[in-house]
Amino acid sequence: MNTVLVLILFGLLLATAVVIARLTDLFAAAMLTGIFSLLSAGLFTLMDAVDVAFTEAAVGAGISTILIIGTLSMTSRREDQQPLRLLPFVVVVLTGAVLVAGTLDMPAYGDPEAPVHQHALYQGYLDSAARDFDHIPNVVTVILASFRSYDTFGETTVVFAAAVGVFLLLGGRRRRQGTRLSQLDTAPSRSPDDARPGAGEES
Amino acid sequence: MSDQLAPPPREATQPGVPQRMRMRMREKLILRVVSKALVPFILLFALYVQFHGDFGPGGGFQAGVLFAAGLILYGLIFGLSDLQAVIPLRVVEVGVALGVLIYGGVGVAALFLGRGREGMGNFLDYNALGHHVGEFGVDAHGQHLGILLVELGVGVTVSAGMLGIFYMFAGRGLKRGQE
Amino acid sequence: MNALAAHGVYWLCIVLMMTGLYIVISRDHLVKKIMGLNIFQVSVIMFYVALGKVHGGTAPILIGTGGDHGEVIYSNPLPHVLMLTAIVVGVATTALGLALVVRIQEAYGTVEEDEIVRMDREDAL
Repeated sequence: MNTVLVLILFGLLLATAVVIARLTDLFAAAMLTGIFSLLSAGLFTLMDAVDVAFTEAAVGAGISTILIIGTLSMTSRREDQQPLRLLPFVVVVLTGAVLVAGTLDMPAYGDPEAPVHQHALYQGYLDSAARDFDHIPNVVTVILASFRSYDTFGETTVVFAAAVGVFLLLGGRRRRQGTRLSQLDTAPSRSPDDARPGAGEES
Repeated sequence: MSDQLAPPPREATQPGVPQRMRMRMREKLILRVVSKALVPFILLFALYVQFHGDFGPGGGFQAGVLFAAGLILYGLIFGLSDLQAVIPLRVVEVGVALGVLIYGGVGVAALFLGRGREGMGNFLDYNALGHHVGEFGVDAHGQHLGILLVELGVGVTVSAGMLGIFYMFAGRGLKRGQE
Repeated sequence: MNALAAHGVYWLCIVLMMTGLYIVISRDHLVKKIMGLNIFQVSVIMFYVALGKVHGGTAPILIGTGGDHGEVIYSNPLPHVLMLTAIVVGVATTALGLALVVRIQEAYGTVEEDEIVRMDREDAL
């Protein structure tokens, strides 16, 4: 039953990805990206990764879709129709073949004897969580917030940095004509007021 | 003027459609009623996911994204200016930094609280936040407090970050529309 | 046939990866490229999560209390933790990429890569 569901979801994912590649109406493609995230969340759940599924559904189908639609409303909504090009297709097929050849050595899917499960951190984390964190059943939260707290600190800082980056890129006053690559040296110097993120409040 | 972000309704792009049919989203009854009914539940569910992350899937990231999504829904239907009346840009700017500050603050507090004979404690060592180290070298209360505060910091930064990014995209679209 | 059952999931992930890669390298519209990048990222994460799956296992949320979980098999929680971080970092890069696309649109008037390269070449002359 599990296998059938996995195959069905993979088939739907593949169909969605191919249609996203072929569509020239980009609003429809953005919607399909949201559907892609939702289907992948289902697949993650089948692979027992419930936290990952939750995050992927929220982030992919929620935030990513709205940002893509926001960008499309400020740029063009249709893509120029493009002929099927041979070179990218060949490159992609070759890369895929090399990757598939690389997976032939890998342990089987779900094998309990795989090296990743032999490592001390698999049973070690589960044992530590069961012994010391008796009142917190979610092992992923325990690892994220306690055992690997440093990494989560870095991740929070990444979100902070991304927000600051978008504030700087889109928060300043908008000039009539943005700066092109060739105009970088001669662009009019901006006064400190221009780049204030709060400049958005003036409108 | 404030629904630049949404694609224009189908009727507006067709020539010959009467003016009265080109409604902004806030004037469409179903959208307005349903979103007003749903937004409180989305925000409540985000808080639930934040604090229930210990017992089931969830935690700071998911909760932050859900919280931001609820507010973004409100902003999409009722306009960016209405949303910014609820949560001004200044609050978002402070919130993005506040979450990282909470997280780092817990770490630094562990540094100072864990001060012993060897010198300063360890960064992000939650054992220092509690009062009684248990049998296996782990203080259950300290760990629980540490995890709670740290997830709170993550939730604040992620929700403020996602909301702030939405403000920037929507605000840019508005500025283009006003030129 | 045995290889198919053992590695089929990995191969399907690789096919998805290659679809995403094809969109990135062959399409000119910058937002389409970012969508392809999203597809690529999700499939890489799926590949990684598939490594952590254990047959007969369940989600790594402890059942029962008192440390008597010895009879229950859990899937490996470590890939899940790492991929949580990866997803959040991915959305951060997507947001920054889209902000850059908006600025490019304002500077060049278009987001089709061939036209942008042509304009840059003309400016350089």
